[in-house]
Amino acid sequence: MDELDKKILDAIQNEIPITNRPFTKIADKVGTSESDVLLRIKKLKANKIIRRIGGSFDSQKLGYRSVLVAAVVPEEKLDNIAAIINRYTGVTHNYRRDHTYNLWFTLTASSEKRIDELLEQMKKKTGIKKMFPLPALKKYKIAVHFKMSRESNNGGS
Amino acid sequence: MVEVEFSDKEKELIRICQGDIPLCESPYEEIASLLSLDSGWVYDTLNRWKNEGVLKKNRGILYHQRAGFQANGMSVWMVPDERIDEIGKKMAEFDDVSHCYHRPGLPNWNYNLYAMIHGKSKSEVEKIAKKISQRVGISDYQILYSTKEFKKTSMKYFTSEIENGRNE
Repeated sequence: MDELDKKILDAIQNEIPITNRPFTKIADKVGTSESDVLLRIKKLKANKIIRRIGGSFDSQKLGYRSVLVAAVVPEEKLDNIAAIINRYTGVTHNYRRDHTYNLWFTLTASSEKRIDELLEQMKKKTGIKKMFPLPALKKYKIAVHFKMSRESNNGGS
Repeated sequence: MVEVEFSDKEKELIRICQGDIPLCESPYEEIASLLSLDSGWVYDTLNRWKNEGVLKKNRGILYHQRAGFQANGMSVWMVPDERIDEIGKKMAEFDDVSHCYHRPGLPNWNYNLYAMIHGKSKSEVEKIAKKISQRVGISDYQILYSTKEFKKTSMKYFTSEIENGRNE
């Protein structure tokens, strides 16, 4: 990864413009050609630096609801239980964290009622009773941006 | 709660944009032709959604560990309710904080403000948390590091499973 790759990563994390030739805008910003930007993006994707290039939608505005769930799971059952939870398509993030509350996952579904139903179902399937939904009461920031180049001036906005 | 309705055409556009957009000179033209839609409609709809906040943005998402950000710390803070807005906004100003949410407490857990901190190492995350602590004047906090990633993906909306009420 060279400096130009890093600048491209910063620019695309910021935004892919909704225009006829979006990559020319990125090329102008980082100082190369459109074809070079596309080539480098493809390479960064093949090398698994870029996970995805696409739309980030606001789940709430699409009519969905989501919660963070904290659970207390016996350490020796953790892998099995995480696998059961991962089977739900509405589970997008699932981590072990170093705390008594050791399993943390996000659950998105079509309504609050549906979230409650799914959590009840998960409790039954896993036998874990300590599984607590933590809805966001207020969101102050959602802006995932990993600054790659020292020279890029755009932070997460 | 406001019920939002999307047409079949709009749902198709969401289904394609929530995955990978084509890596070519004119990706939106390509999407329009894949879906046999008018490209003018595609631009108008995406721009309208952006204005309404339905679409946050089209962008690149990285594998952050491979991009050099190894430490993912969920910092949790115990903040007096009357100061939560003021402090939430201050935390949001930190570049290294990606998400900052007010959430309810848990049994034996009174932390009510969550800030995700990404750093190149644990010590970097700790340094950032200390800076935040000094800035907002709250010393009651913990950092929970992720020690295993079981799943990380993007939500897929309006898929057949969800439309049919299955979620598994």
